[in-house]
Amino acid sequence: MIGDGALSLDPVAVGVILAMAVITYATKTGGLWLVNRIEMSDRLEAGLSVLPGAIVIAILGPELAAGGPAEWGAAALVLAVMWRTESILLALGTGVVSVVVLRGVL
Amino acid sequence: MQGDSESSDRELTAASGDDGRAETPNSDRVTFDRRGVRAGFLTCVPVAIGVAGYGVAFGVLASQVGLSVAEAALMSALVVAGASQIVAVELWANPVPVTAILVTTFAINLRYSLMGAALQPWFRRLSAPKAYGSLFFMADENWALTMRDFRAGNRRGAFLLGSGIAIWTFWVGSTIVGTLAGGTVGNPAQYGFDFVLAAVFVALAAELWEGRSTLVPWVISLGTAVTAAELLPGRWYILLGGFAAALVEVIRHDR
Repeated sequence: MIGDGALSLDPVAVGVILAMAVITYATKTGGLWLVNRIEMSDRLEAGLSVLPGAIVIAILGPELAAGGPAEWGAAALVLAVMWRTESILLALGTGVVSVVVLRGVL
Repeated sequence: MQGDSESSDRELTAASGDDGRAETPNSDRVTFDRRGVRAGFLTCVPVAIGVAGYGVAFGVLASQVGLSVAEAALMSALVVAGASQIVAVELWANPVPVTAILVTTFAINLRYSLMGAALQPWFRRLSAPKAYGSLFFMADENWALTMRDFRAGNRRGAFLLGSGIAIWTFWVGSTIVGTLAGGTVGNPAQYGFDFVLAAVFVALAAELWEGRSTLVPWVISLGTAVTAAELLPGRWYILLGGFAAALVEVIRHDR
């Protein structure tokens, strides 16, 4: 199976991949570029300061809403471990193990 | 190699440790050094292992639509944005629907602009090559870990780069494994890898909570995001949730 085909590069595929890379890099840098260039008022700074938490919640909300009791239970356990230990590694391990167990049980 | 870099690092620390210490009282200062890279890398390795579960899945999908190992690896190495890559290979056909793939890539990854903007309080103190070079390696997971590190009061500007290198290494490596393995690999959900991202963000939310002042923006973001996720395709909900919360904060700032 690992023959000549494995290393082949189709020009169209490479072109699409390069364009995807340029677009993605533009999205990753565009936000910083923009806020570095505009006059920062207190107001705007207050808005920016809530961004990290708001983005985290915006990613998490629909993801958990799309899940079920297993995901909700595992998320609650992650929260509890995080509160108790403040160890992200322990919290992650708890989350992954508990979601597998809960999916099996529920 | 690991041992070598460790000992030379220690010598460096021993030689210049006091100088570094002397500059920390200046709260405006953001460092960008090897120690930051290393801290980011080591913190991110457990997360990157979870990301590798997705990478294998992406590689399997890519091989199924006819991408070669080299093409799939190239995409992972240059694009470094999992969700958009998975959607791109799901759209992949013969002939390749170029416009659909590129527009979707833009829409899915627009959230990164907001994440990059959120780094601004720290990144504006770095030179442009350092800041914009690091952003190439930004993914959801290492952005989250970097925000956590900055919020904890650390000013290691190279943390995003180090954690990003960990993500990149595992992402490209696991893509190759997945493409080679083809259809022989099972579903990553079987091992709970699909829950890693959610777990990272739950942990981060626990740390970003700042009491009642956080409540209003979070409720607005949550309501907007859940509604938008129902109504709109792709990942617009992330952008809209963050934007709505920031907008409300700007409006109610004076009160």
